[in-house]
Amino acid sequence: MTPAEIRDEIVDILSDIAPDEDLSDLKDDVAFREQLELDSMDFLDIVMELRKRHRIQIPEEDYNHLASMQSTVDYLTPHMKDMQPS
Amino acid sequence: MIASGVQGQLPDEQRIVITGIGLTAPNGNSLAEYRDSLLHGRSGVSPYEIRYVGPTLAGICNFDARRHQARKDLRRGTRAGSIGVYCANEAVADAGIDWENLDKNGIGVYVGVTEHGNVETENEVYELKGYDYDTSFWSHHHNPRTVANNPAGEIALNMGITGPHYTIGAACAAGNAGLIQGAQMLRLAECDIAICGGVSESIHTFGIFASFKSQGALAEHEDPTKASRPFDLHRNGIVVSEGGCLYVVERLSDAKRRSARIYGELIGYAINTDATDFVLPNPERQAECVQAALRRARLNPNDIDIVSNHATGTSSGDIQECAALRRVFEGCDNTLFNNTKSFIGHCMGAAGALELTGNLGAFDDGVCHATINVDELDPECRLPGLVTNEPREKGGVTYILNNSFGMLGINSAVIIKKM
Repeated sequence: MTPAEIRDEIVDILSDIAPDEDLSDLKDDVAFREQLELDSMDFLDIVMELRKRHRIQIPEEDYNHLASMQSTVDYLTPHMKDMQPS
Repeated sequence: MIASGVQGQLPDEQRIVITGIGLTAPNGNSLAEYRDSLLHGRSGVSPYEIRYVGPTLAGICNFDARRHQARKDLRRGTRAGSIGVYCANEAVADAGIDWENLDKNGIGVYVGVTEHGNVETENEVYELKGYDYDTSFWSHHHNPRTVANNPAGEIALNMGITGPHYTIGAACAAGNAGLIQGAQMLRLAECDIAICGGVSESIHTFGIFASFKSQGALAEHEDPTKASRPFDLHRNGIVVSEGGCLYVVERLSDAKRRSARIYGELIGYAINTDATDFVLPNPERQAECVQAALRRARLNPNDIDIVSNHATGTSSGDIQECAALRRVFEGCDNTLFNNTKSFIGHCMGAAGALELTGNLGAFDDGVCHATINVDELDPECRLPGLVTNEPREKGGVTYILNNSFGMLGINSAVIIKKM
């Protein structure tokens, strides 16, 4: 998956987790929490969805990489570059 | 004991009144809609299918969950929580309380449940099967969804209530038990407003259907609207339903102070236990429970205008309850008997509150709604004042008694007086 495809995947996951949010003008370099109503359980949902959809195991010490879209895509790119979009 | 006091002599601070009602039933999502269905013979039972069990019947609610909850809250929470949130918000609106200026520390939430957590656990196990039972795929939402206080807690979260909240596990007596708990907490000044009653999400667990089926107690009928048929000779079991009914309950002194509309006063109640069997009822203990409620209300059986039966449509349960009622109400020509489950099935944790509420309209319209689907009355279910198939004009209705019984031998009865 390319970084753009990974971004699309994260947007898709977020649309499930935060169905009331407008994700169309999400700023990639701004923290999710500054733009969206997300709490710690929501971030665990992101981790769980990546695990379910792509079998990616994100260790707890790496959760801080999921702060913004840009940091999430940067973190996931090496893990997902050989995967196909779901 | 306050609970056994002479109601007429109690100060207004100890008298407990219902001032708001919010409900969702399989045949109505408001008091007016629900009452209209009961007076016009509209059943809420329909075809239903659930995993492993397959096609069956159920009472399904179609309330607008989005009226009081965001999609995210619906995704995260439980069906029981959502039913509770809907009913609580509707009850508060109905009560006409100045919610914005109310001290939220003074509100207590007491929600009766038959069971909670089965739905969520079954769903998780089902999902986990797809991951070869690797528990790293087990949801972090499982615990907050399945803790026993969940439905009450979701109400408190949704409405910003900071007083006490918890559920009352009381099998199918839970709707009555929730109301009784609210009244007791008001009398103890543990809260100033109680949001109380019962909820059920039970149609979403296959286990309850499968267990009743194994017990030979799951209703079947080619016409779903005729499947729930207490007292009929050809009844063959329970229709499982979901639903909820929560009251706003206050001390009479507070209700008077804000000139609230009062649906009725809780003037007597009782809960006791058979201590004889896991599932089979005991008419002797049931009769004692009803008699205890009458004693606390300082009423004679003949004073009761309408007795709302618990009867679920099982072969033994209906007969046992009728035996108990004949024992208490023998010679009471004034008293009518009916059954709401014949319309809505068995709403489990919500049953007691929904069935009581289905009758409260009689204070205004003087009509006792019927027990429908009695084509051939079981001779062992004969009660002189049983109202079958068509509603009956009663004239003045002052006292309603509502029975709710449950597994492990829990019995409950509440008596409401017209104000």
